[in-house]
Amino acid sequence: MKKAILNFLHKIEPDKKKSPFLHTVYDGFFTFAFTPNLVTKGGVHIRDGMDLKRQMVQVVLALLVLYLFGTYNIGHQHFVALGEYTGFLQGVHLKLIYGLILVLPIFIVTHVVGLGIEFFYAYKKGHGIEEGFLVSGALIPLIMPPDIPLWILSISIVFAVVIGKEAFGGTGMNVLNIALLARVFVFFAYPTYISGDEVWVAGLEGVSAGAAANYGWIHLHVFNPLFEALNLPGYNPASAVIDGYTGATPLSLAYQGGWENVTKTYTDTQMLWGTIPGSIGESSKPLIILGALYLAFTKIADWRIMFSMVVGAAVMALLLNVWGATAFMQVPWYYQFYMGSFFFAMAFMATDPVTASATPTGKWVYGFLIGFIGMIIRVLNPAYPEGWMLAILFMNVFAPLIDHYVVQANINRRLKRAKVAA
Amino acid sequence: MNNKTSKAILTVVAMLSASSTWAQAGSSSSGYGTYFIYGLIIVAVLVFFMIILQVSDNLMIIEAKQSGAASKGVNLSLFPNWKELFAPRLPKYLQNKPITVLRRGHNINLEGEAEKVLDNTVAAKTFAVQPPNFMGISPIPKLEVEVGNEVKAGDHLFFDKKRPEIKYVAPVSGEVIAINRGAKRSISEVVILADKEIKYRKLDAFDLDTGSREDLVNYLLDAGVWPLIRQRPYDIVAEHDATPRDIFISTFDSAPLGPNLNFIIEGQEAAFQKGLDVLNKLTDGKVYLGLDGRGKEQPHAAFTEAEGVETRYFHGKHPAGNVGIQIHHIKPISSGDKVWVLGVQDVATIGKIFTEKRFNAERVVALAGAELKQPKYVRTYIGANVGDLVKDNLANDHIRLISGDVLSGKKKMAEGFLDIFDDQLTVVLEGDDYELFGWLLPSLNTPSVSPTLPSALFPKMKKRAETNTHGEKRAFVVTGLYESVLPMDVYPQELMKSILVGDFEKVEGLGIYELSEEDVALCEFVCVSKQPVQQILRQGLDMMREQG
Repeated sequence: MKKAILNFLHKIEPDKKKSPFLHTVYDGFFTFAFTPNLVTKGGVHIRDGMDLKRQMVQVVLALLVLYLFGTYNIGHQHFVALGEYTGFLQGVHLKLIYGLILVLPIFIVTHVVGLGIEFFYAYKKGHGIEEGFLVSGALIPLIMPPDIPLWILSISIVFAVVIGKEAFGGTGMNVLNIALLARVFVFFAYPTYISGDEVWVAGLEGVSAGAAANYGWIHLHVFNPLFEALNLPGYNPASAVIDGYTGATPLSLAYQGGWENVTKTYTDTQMLWGTIPGSIGESSKPLIILGALYLAFTKIADWRIMFSMVVGAAVMALLLNVWGATAFMQVPWYYQFYMGSFFFAMAFMATDPVTASATPTGKWVYGFLIGFIGMIIRVLNPAYPEGWMLAILFMNVFAPLIDHYVVQANINRRLKRAKVAA
Repeated sequence: MNNKTSKAILTVVAMLSASSTWAQAGSSSSGYGTYFIYGLIIVAVLVFFMIILQVSDNLMIIEAKQSGAASKGVNLSLFPNWKELFAPRLPKYLQNKPITVLRRGHNINLEGEAEKVLDNTVAAKTFAVQPPNFMGISPIPKLEVEVGNEVKAGDHLFFDKKRPEIKYVAPVSGEVIAINRGAKRSISEVVILADKEIKYRKLDAFDLDTGSREDLVNYLLDAGVWPLIRQRPYDIVAEHDATPRDIFISTFDSAPLGPNLNFIIEGQEAAFQKGLDVLNKLTDGKVYLGLDGRGKEQPHAAFTEAEGVETRYFHGKHPAGNVGIQIHHIKPISSGDKVWVLGVQDVATIGKIFTEKRFNAERVVALAGAELKQPKYVRTYIGANVGDLVKDNLANDHIRLISGDVLSGKKKMAEGFLDIFDDQLTVVLEGDDYELFGWLLPSLNTPSVSPTLPSALFPKMKKRAETNTHGEKRAFVVTGLYESVLPMDVYPQELMKSILVGDFEKVEGLGIYELSEEDVALCEFVCVSKQPVQQILRQGLDMMREQG
C-alpha cells in the first residue's frame, strides 16, 4: 500500500527545472504525507524523532478544542442577542451551523492567503516549504472578531507574513509574532472593525434594541429548507435584538463601572467558561488552560513564560488595586483574570519560541514584563481596554535585549573566572 | 531560612491580607470574605511559629560552628537542606566521596549493548594510521615509509612538517601495502598488512625517577605515544613544548552503547598506574580522574585506588562521562589555558612503554549495535580494519558502520579503519525509508526527548537505532532545548549563532574553549531544526585557532 502510494507520487512529481513552483508545492505536500528518506551525514548518526512539523502541529492540536468551542459560541452569542435559545445547549444545530458559516471562510481565506505567500517565497528562495504558517494560520482566525470582512483579513495576513516574516528571512527569523502582527494591523488600520461593543457579536444590524438579525442566502435558502425537512426549527429573519442588550464585553463594562458593573450583565461562571462575546477563540478559560497544560507538558511552550506572565499580571493588578483611582483599577486583582484574553495570550502568543527570549533567565523576565505591561495597558489605556497584544509585541522587540544582558552576564562570569585564576 | 526568604514571605502575607480587604470591598456577599480572613490569620500564625523555629535552628547551628562541634559539610540543622532533599539516591560506595551531580543530559537507550565477553579470536588483517584523526596536523604529513616497506610496531611512519618532533608510529608490524590519498592529495591512510606474530621495535629503558621532564618528553616523542595526548582547547595533538595546566582522564563512557571501561581495564591495571605516573611528571598541575558515580556499577579498583591523582565522581546522564563536561565542573578552561586529555587505553599504552619497553598498541574494542549477531568485546590493535572486525557477525546488510558512538563517531565503509581514539565500533540500521505521516504518528522506536513522542515517556525502553533524520533542516526555532541536555554553564545556541556570524569576541566569551564536538553531540541529536551543531562548533574552533 505504502509502496503503491509512493510510486504514484514519484510518477506525478513535477520536473524541478521545468516547473520549479509546482515542484516546490509538490515537495511541500509530499513531505507532509511522508517523512523524507534523508539519512544523517557527518555529525550525529541518529536523530531525535522530533522535527519542526511535529513541533508546530502540537500547537494546532492544542487549539482544536478552541475552534470547536469558538465556532459554537459565535452562534450562541448571536442568539443570545436575539433573545432566542438563550440556554447554552438549546438550538445546537442552529448555533453550530451559524458559527461554521462564519469561521470556515475565515479559516480558508487565512490559509489560502498565508500558505500562498509561503509557497511563493519557498519557490523564490529555492528551499522547502517551512512550517511556520501552520501555527500562525491556526491562531489568526481565533483572534479575529467573528464579523471581520474577509478582505481586511487578507490584507492583514499579507502584511504580517510579507513584512513581518519573509522580509526578515522566513520562519525562525521574525522579530514580531506573526499572528499578533496581523491583528495589530487590523487594529490600527481598521479600528472600527475590531473595537467597540458591536463587533464581538456576529450577524446583527447593530446592538441597539430592535436591530434586525442579518441572515445570508445560505442561511435562508440552504439550511432553512434542510432544517424544515428534518423537522427542526430554522433561522428566523424577523428576529430582532432584545431590549437592554448591549453586546458589551466584560472589559468594557469594567472600564465603565468596575466589577459591579460587570456582574450586572455576566456571572462569574459565564466569564470563566467563556460564553461571552469576544474574539472567536479566546473566551473559554478552562479549554485554554487545558491547551496550555498540554503545551507545557510536551515542552512545546515554555512554562517559565506562562508562569511569570501570571505573576507579572497579578503584581501589576495588585499595585493598581492599591492605587485605586478609577473603578477599573479597583477591580480585585484575581477578577482581572476572568476577563479578556489573558490566558489565550499567555498560552499561545507569548510562548512563541521565535519571538520570545531564548535564555531561561530571559524567559522569566520576558514573561513577567508582558504580564506587568499588559495589565497597565488594559487598565490605564482609555481607548481600548485590553493590553496583551500590544504588550507582547512590545516585549517581542525587547526580547533580544533581555537575551543580550543574560548572555553578557555569562560572558562576564567567564572573564571573571579567568581573572581569578590568573 | 535566610533573611531574604523571610522578607519575601512577609511581603506575600502582607499582599494577601491587603487584597483580602479589597476582596471584601469588592464583593458584598458576607460569608466569603470572613472565611478568607480567618484562613489568612491561621496562615500568618503558622508562618510566625515557623520563623521562630527557623531562627532558633539557625542560632543552634551558629553555636555548633563556634564551639567547633560541626565539621565542614555536615548538616546540623533540624531540617534537611535543599541539596539533601533533591539529591539523587546514591549507592553506598559514593558516600563521603567528592561527587558532582549533573541534572541535565539525556541517556539514549539503544539495543545491542556489547556483552562482557572478550573474544580473542577475531583478528583484523590490515591496520591503518589515519592522519585526519589528528586534529591540527597539516593535511600532507612527511612520510618516512614507502609502499612495500616492512615495519615493526613502533616504527616511525610519518611526521607533521610543522612539528617534526612528533612522530606517528605503526601500531603493528608488517608490510606497508597502501598509502591512500584523499582530497587535494592529502594523505588519508597509511595501511599496514599485519604479521601473524607482531614484532616490536626495542625501546631504551627510561628511569622515571631520575630523568628530567625534557628527556621524558623526548623519549615519549620518539616512542610514538605523543599523538595519543590531546590538548584542549581545540582537541589537537598536544604541543610538545607546552606544559599543561592539568591533565584530565574520564574513566567511564556514558555515550549510547559506550564500552564498559571497567571491563576493558581488566589486566592492564599496572600499565594504567604507570601511565598516570608519567603524566604526573608532564604537568605542573594535577592529574584528574573522572569516576563513574552513576551507581550502576562500582568503578574498577584501578581507577578508585589510583595513586598520585585527584578523583571526582560524576553522577548524571550522558554526557556526564565526557571529559569536557568533567573539566568544566572540576576546573574550567579559561582563555589561555591548555589542558591535556587522554583516554583510559591511551594511558595504559603510555604505561606499557615503561613496563614492557615497547609500543604496545593493543586495544579492547566494543562491538555494539542491534544489527550485530553477537555484540561483544574484541582484542585488537589501534586502527583495525572495520570489515574484518564485524566479519560473520552482521545480522543485516542494510547497515552503517560507525567508528565510535552513534553521536560523535565517524561513518566507515567496510574497507575503512577504526579511528585512533575510538574503543567502540557501532553498527546501526541505515534508515533511508519514507514514513507515512512520520511527523504526526506516535512512534515507540524513535529515540526522543520530546514528550510528544510516546518513546520519551518510556526512557528505559531500548530502541533500535536507525539513521533517518526524521525531518528536514530548518532555521533555529526552538529555544532552551540545547541547554536542557548540556550540563554546563554555556549557552550553546547563542554560541552556534555567534560562530555562524563570525563574532570572535562573543564566541570566545561564550566559552568555545570548553567545548569539543562530543560535548555538543546531544544538542545536535535533540535539535528540532536538524542543524549540524558539531560541524558548526568545529568551524568555530578552527576559526579561533587560525586567529591564534
